[in-house]
Amino acid sequence: MNFIAHLFARYQLSHMLILALLLIVVLPLSMDIFRLNLIGKYLTYAFVAIGLVLCWGYGGILSLGQGVFFGLGGYCMAMFLKLEASSPENTAIQTTPGIPDFMDWNQLTELPWFWEPFHSFGFTLLAIILVPAFFAFVVTVAMFKRRVGGVYFAIITQAVAAILTILIIGQQGYTGGVNGITDLRTLHGWDIRTDEAKYILYFVCVALLFVCLFIGKYVINSKLGRLLVAMREREDRVRFSGYDVSAFKIFIFCLASVFSAIGGAMFTLQIGFMSPTFVGIVPSIEMVIFCAVGGRLSLLGAVYGALLVNAAKTSFSESFPELWLFAMGALFIGVVMAFPNGLAGVWTTYIEPRLPARLRSPVPPSTIPAVAVTTTAETSSTPSANPTVEHRHAGN
Amino acid sequence: MFADYTMTELTSIFAMQGFAGLTLFSVFVLMALGLAIIFGQMGVINMAHGEFMILGAYTTYLTSNVFSSYLPESLYSLYFFVALILAFLAAGALGAFIEWAMIRHLYKRPLDTLLATWGLSLIMQQLYRTIFGPREVGVTLPDWLMGSIALTDMVEIPINGLFVMAITLVVAVGVGLTMQKSRLGKQTRAVVQNRPMASAVGINTARVDRLTFALGCGIAGIAGAAFTMIGSTGPTSGQLYIVDTFLVVVFGGASSLVGTIASAFTISQAQSTMEFFLSGSMAKVLTLLVVVGILMLRPQGLFSLKIRK
Amino acid sequence: MLETNKHIEQKDFVLSVEGLTVSFDGFKAVSDLSLYVEEQEIRVIIGPNGAGKTTVLDLICGRTKATEGSIKFKGKELTRMNEHQIVHAGIGRKFQTPSIYEDLTVFENLELSYPRGRNVWGALTFRRDQQVIDKVIEIAEMIFLADKLDMSADLLSHGQKQWLEIGMLLIQDPELLMLDEPVAGMSVSERQQTAALLQKITKDRSVLVIEHDMQFVADIADRVTVLHQGKVLSEGSMERVQNDPKVIEVYLGH
Repeated sequence: MNFIAHLFARYQLSHMLILALLLIVVLPLSMDIFRLNLIGKYLTYAFVAIGLVLCWGYGGILSLGQGVFFGLGGYCMAMFLKLEASSPENTAIQTTPGIPDFMDWNQLTELPWFWEPFHSFGFTLLAIILVPAFFAFVVTVAMFKRRVGGVYFAIITQAVAAILTILIIGQQGYTGGVNGITDLRTLHGWDIRTDEAKYILYFVCVALLFVCLFIGKYVINSKLGRLLVAMREREDRVRFSGYDVSAFKIFIFCLASVFSAIGGAMFTLQIGFMSPTFVGIVPSIEMVIFCAVGGRLSLLGAVYGALLVNAAKTSFSESFPELWLFAMGALFIGVVMAFPNGLAGVWTTYIEPRLPARLRSPVPPSTIPAVAVTTTAETSSTPSANPTVEHRHAGN
Repeated sequence: MFADYTMTELTSIFAMQGFAGLTLFSVFVLMALGLAIIFGQMGVINMAHGEFMILGAYTTYLTSNVFSSYLPESLYSLYFFVALILAFLAAGALGAFIEWAMIRHLYKRPLDTLLATWGLSLIMQQLYRTIFGPREVGVTLPDWLMGSIALTDMVEIPINGLFVMAITLVVAVGVGLTMQKSRLGKQTRAVVQNRPMASAVGINTARVDRLTFALGCGIAGIAGAAFTMIGSTGPTSGQLYIVDTFLVVVFGGASSLVGTIASAFTISQAQSTMEFFLSGSMAKVLTLLVVVGILMLRPQGLFSLKIRK
Repeated sequence: MLETNKHIEQKDFVLSVEGLTVSFDGFKAVSDLSLYVEEQEIRVIIGPNGAGKTTVLDLICGRTKATEGSIKFKGKELTRMNEHQIVHAGIGRKFQTPSIYEDLTVFENLELSYPRGRNVWGALTFRRDQQVIDKVIEIAEMIFLADKLDMSADLLSHGQKQWLEIGMLLIQDPELLMLDEPVAGMSVSERQQTAALLQKITKDRSVLVIEHDMQFVADIADRVTVLHQGKVLSEGSMERVQNDPKVIEVYLGH
């Protein structure tokens, strides 16, 4: 009994249960499959947001290129599905049957070498994990070893997102170009477009989300989680306690990338296509706001953030499309300035203290003070950011 | 690859591409200068910098409309100079306001500034779309900016391109002098190097921050005005340049104005030369890849100081 | 000077620094510096501001890379190693301003410094077992913080923060402990406690201290090295150094 109580506290199981109840029982029972499929789509962004809680909230590493990893995972899955949909029978009318239609339109006469292994589902599943992890490793290893961090890192990740988008759009014979990889039909002969398949995929998505949540929770609760908090405050001290700081940063970033990639793969499966619109700068930074709205230090908050912002986006875009950008912009500014700990912060500061004690969760390790917008005294606003600090840092 | 061309043709192609590169270079420099001041001197990432530039472009567009509708035609040739000043003032004033309302609260949280200014950029884009419509608008160039100078039979230099370069030169020299000689420039550098000390010797650091930010935004406004000379303006035109400009600034070594100019030159020339041999998108991919690759190996950029800790 | 060096070179040194030079854009903060620390010695480095004292510690612990020269610790060359490798070799470093994790509790501060699970996998699988708990409590008693283990570190007083950082080093059990102004900003009684603490912890290790407080220096130092403009100006017992005309010139001459 004690052990279970311990687990409850350690993993905030009561909060997890509420989320599970919502995702597994309440939403599927109260919505038609079209709406539930939308929820499934939002949840794929929640994978990215969970990853951002780990690397941005805890690790202090802001990536503006998470769309890259979402896209890599999504494209890996899409390539497999596309190959299955492009069997010689299905593509008999093409000049070269048996290759994806967009390749045929672009005068390709054989399948490019890097497409070949995606005939295998096992390879595809491995690739969904390993390709983004390897890519994340390559991007970060040089920079974290050289102590590049903060805004520099953010800018570089943004550039990487830009590069990959231009590359995908430019090489349409190999990638499907701006339309992406569309018209995906079956997985090992199982039609993924039917309502029944969508239900099943939704539950697979929820299950994977909880796997990621538990992994994330485990990491945060481990010594590695406390080290991340320590590194955010005193990187030098951690280094002089004998830790290789860059290794921890690389690890957490790769983990976040793998989460994003799983989300991307689930996106492809549930929605039936993948395109560069989910890779570039704009979607990448939007994924950050899902995390920020939910609370950058709360894994569960990130899931709620992804759900709420996307639900708002969908309903806004349906009724007042021109207002959406205003709302989104205001959301960015408002969350950063007034609620830097997002919904989770609102929950722990305003709602939880009013709840009975046994429902409360342990206090998060640190919170970021909100800006007192009403401040008039100049002294309170004296900036202390010294750009040369970071610069010197980078110069080592 | 070169076999189909004669020597003179090749020379002319390089000259023309080189000139196209120089025009791109000018826009890069104008945008990057403003950003270099804000980022390099203050450490603030302004993701809405492109939108401040577009504000300058729309100001120019409005000015040209006012001139053509309400003022005698003889004055039209002068509208651009008025527009330049207005663009600087409009973007600068908005910059000062944003610094006061938003940026100054976030100096301790640079990553959050980045997100907040991104939100600002979304709002500004939508405002432009609501006011000016989603389509791109262009200005009518005055007669004296049209046409081109023929250097040889094949090499023609467009006058508007030359003019943009001239503006760039004037602005760059002006910014250089401001930062080196003027009181504001000296105060800014003092604040950058030692904020508490600057404050202790009586520099109003909050005011210096505001003016520095406004100056950076004002220069973005000038960049926007110059931009109308070579292209048309749409609500999202600013966003197209923002990544390139940040890379220019970081690549140049964030706190060095000379570095910014050198890096703008390198990147723009590399891109426009490669554009001739590869498709436009591959040229851009290759340029960005090389820049990112170099930055991974040499994060301090091209020019940097080694400072004692 | 040369003679004394020759004399001590015959003994066993924990740390030998030879011909160490570092320049920042041409300015030599440390220039051709040599320094030898024996086992179980408390060596204090003094010198006017800008003499390069902190830079020397930075160079030894790998925070700054040397331009020239060598730093040997128990026969290992440190100049080519990373910070964490230097820590693993057995060197601990305390910073001038207390550098602790203010978001974490005193217990967690010490636990993170416990030398186990220092790589990614180790940190993921680290368990807070009895061995860790015992060691943390032992160190906490030593640094006078046994009753504050569950307190968030940002609530400690300045002096207590300094002790906590010393404790974080002690739990690593380094063979060479480097302290940058350990009593700066402490009250008189805290200074005395710190001096006693230092005497106690140096029983089985060497200590390199930077300090300005001359009374404190006289209390703890086995030997004193005076730095001036990045060079060794004088070296020896406190008494000898205090009577060295070159030292008097530097301290009183300007």
